[in-house]
Amino acid sequence: MSRVLQTEGGAISVEALHMTMRFGDFTALDDVSINIPAGSFHALLGENGAGKSTLVKCIMGFYHATSGELLVAGHEAFMSDPKVAQSLGLGMVYQHFTLVPSLTAAENLVISRTDTPAVIDWRKERDALDAFMATMPFVVPLDQPVSRLAAGEKQKLEIIKQLYLGNRFLILDEPTSVLTPAEADEVLGHVRALTTAGKITVLMITHKFREVTAFADDVSILRRGRYVGGGSVADLSVAQMSSAMMGEAPVASKRIRETTEKQPLLTLHGVKAQDRTGLKNIEIDSVTLHSGEILGIAGISGNGQMELMEVLTGQRRRDSGEITVNGTPYGATRAEARTHQIRYLPEEPLRNACAPRMSVAENLAFRMFDTGRDGRPSFWKDGRAIARNAAELIGAFQVKTSSPAARIAALSGGNVQRAVLGRELTGDVRALIISNPCFGLDFAAVSAIRDRLIEARNRGTAILLISEDLDEIMELSDRILVMSEGRIAFETPIATADVAEIGRHMAGHS
Amino acid sequence: MSSLEHSPVQTRPTGARFLAGLMPRAEAVAIPVGALLAGFAAFSVFLLFVGKSPVEFFALVWKAGFSSAFSWQNTLSRVAPLVLAALCVALPARLGLVVIGGEGAIVLGGLAAAVTGTAAAGLPAGAGMMAMVLAGMALGGLCIGAVGALRIKRGVNETISSLLMAYIAIALLNHFVEGPFRDPASLNKPSTAPLAEALRVGDMPFIAAHWGVLAGVAACLISWILIERTTLGFAARIAGDNVRAAQVQGLPVSRLVIGFSALGGAFAGLAGYFEVAAVHGSANASLIAGYGYTGILVAFLARHNPLAILPVAILLGGFEASSGLIQRRMDLPDATILVFEGMVFVIILLSEMLYGRLRAFTPGFWETR
Repeated sequence: MSRVLQTEGGAISVEALHMTMRFGDFTALDDVSINIPAGSFHALLGENGAGKSTLVKCIMGFYHATSGELLVAGHEAFMSDPKVAQSLGLGMVYQHFTLVPSLTAAENLVISRTDTPAVIDWRKERDALDAFMATMPFVVPLDQPVSRLAAGEKQKLEIIKQLYLGNRFLILDEPTSVLTPAEADEVLGHVRALTTAGKITVLMITHKFREVTAFADDVSILRRGRYVGGGSVADLSVAQMSSAMMGEAPVASKRIRETTEKQPLLTLHGVKAQDRTGLKNIEIDSVTLHSGEILGIAGISGNGQMELMEVLTGQRRRDSGEITVNGTPYGATRAEARTHQIRYLPEEPLRNACAPRMSVAENLAFRMFDTGRDGRPSFWKDGRAIARNAAELIGAFQVKTSSPAARIAALSGGNVQRAVLGRELTGDVRALIISNPCFGLDFAAVSAIRDRLIEARNRGTAILLISEDLDEIMELSDRILVMSEGRIAFETPIATADVAEIGRHMAGHS
Repeated sequence: MSSLEHSPVQTRPTGARFLAGLMPRAEAVAIPVGALLAGFAAFSVFLLFVGKSPVEFFALVWKAGFSSAFSWQNTLSRVAPLVLAALCVALPARLGLVVIGGEGAIVLGGLAAAVTGTAAAGLPAGAGMMAMVLAGMALGGLCIGAVGALRIKRGVNETISSLLMAYIAIALLNHFVEGPFRDPASLNKPSTAPLAEALRVGDMPFIAAHWGVLAGVAACLISWILIERTTLGFAARIAGDNVRAAQVQGLPVSRLVIGFSALGGAFAGLAGYFEVAAVHGSANASLIAGYGYTGILVAFLARHNPLAILPVAILLGGFEASSGLIQRRMDLPDATILVFEGMVFVIILLSEMLYGRLRAFTPGFWETR
């Protein structure tokens, strides 16, 4: 602990000891200890939901840890409030920019201070800013509106802002997720130089191994809320980090996987569409989904899975390429989806697949309300058929609700998920396209939903499972594709699937 | 005690269960009524502030709007356009659109009806009337349908575009009434040629009000049936509540938005037709009477429920009918009623945040009693 006592203005150390964070019955962080010496560049690795964000939120005072303690510069610190963390010189750079786009860089810096006077003497501030920028190893244009800066420059400005605020311990939350690889290297290179110069200490959340090996001194790896490995980056191989992050291959599923007849059903050919930023594309060369199989698409959040789902549901325009079902073009209209019996279960169903202010019974009727008893489109709504359908599904899928007339938004997450799954799985469903079906659900609900999926597969339904949970993919899939940077980067049948190899492809490190 | 907790369903008194079922529905009535009363209170404070008696004000509203057959006639003559204009707000609102330009659809509908009426002078009266109705509804529907199309196809804010549409409509009315379609005989107030007597709409039997009131009632019923009893209405409600879910279900969201907007506009156009055929006898600046704007308040007070629009329109129609008497008796300006309506509207918008927050209206509150 000799490095702890630093002169004013230099980097400070942070040490978390036995941090545990529980939300109700759920343990998000389980006895995690990490030590980040002053002036070091520390990487925090882990999958989605591994507890990385929980840990840094505890450090920053957004959460109050259930137990454990925190040492800042060797002194015990109680982060009762984010303001305390700030006053101790701890700052955070978020994944998405927190700058005001219409203001210049200089204006953004000045207004970010808490002691900015009501009337700003811009000449004085400018002089002070210029003097400050002269001490920085890199510059950003101060007089341009932030909206005109490139993503890399914005991220540099975010880091400069933290230094300007006098913070000496920076947490970077996936700082490169919106940057190109070249921009990422430049920004992290500068950050690295600042740590070597002893100006700041850095804790960086990431899931890119390349960034860890190229820039970090030390690494800590979290998995399911536990510390599962780490140490000096120089002593660890990518394979070792990857297997710690992904865990050992899960025990083979107890669910019975019957042999099914596999016929090509849905194919994507040369599908190209813009991603949500409008700057990048997703490009799917060729994917075929067969009946009676679960085709898992693994990948780290934000690599184009959401856009792929939207292309398949018809919410996102395709720039080129073709989607066919049984050889005929498919545009995801209601009539086409009905003819081919293709159903969808988007992630966060309350937000993406339900009308939250409508009742449970009405939400359960989305697939059947417009067909009459004869199967033809009907003009009049059949209230009795809707009630009957609701009673059947609530029973069959064990949806717990005070009444079918209750608003669906009043149900718990697991019940909403069961209700929507029930709705989408009724009838002779030939394909189910599904995204993160178990996100945020408790163990029992997860297990029940996975049973339903395997059951449907055994009946011959083709299931396209897009999931950020690699364990889920490994447990359910017959075949696995890995999506990275908007493309299918890797394919393997489950029999030869190797978690470490998949993990490398997910991290864009092949 | 523990046995009670194990079987709440059997032991819960029927009264509580009844309330648990009723209260969530009562919320939709109680909150707007509460907001209306709060609006009355706020307006009373305003009246006291300007040195007038709130008691006298409300007594005069009662007298001028509801106390006699004559005052009912006065009120009901305002109900028809208010109801139809409110539907022009309520129908698009079910799809999540805030349309405030019903005034434009009324004006265009009235102009179209008047022009068609002049051109149809040679036709039999029935055919001529039908042509006028269709022309009025078509132009109103086109006006608001275009607003819906701009929204869904180009992302143009429907509130702004419908308001601008109203300005354009009013300018068009002035242009045509003072120009190409001006009746040379209308000297002080430029108007289109007066309608032939056979094309005028008279009063209903027994009720001292024109047939527009019945048309308004019918439009409310049709709208309610469309929303609550048909598959189209069900699809529209899904799209209005969560457009992403509607898209995943493959529902024709664009067609629903444009269709419901156009239907609302057609009803407002129908209001314009009745203003011309039953009230003014020709199209002129009297069409710009503000019914389109009061209709917004009616629709919001009615929570966009077509069946609730009727009583709310009668209430506000009464207030508007009393404006003249209040002006004379209380020496208050014409705009007083607008102050009142504005206050109620602000409080109605504020009351939106109460939904789901008052525990007495949640089923759980009564089930646990």
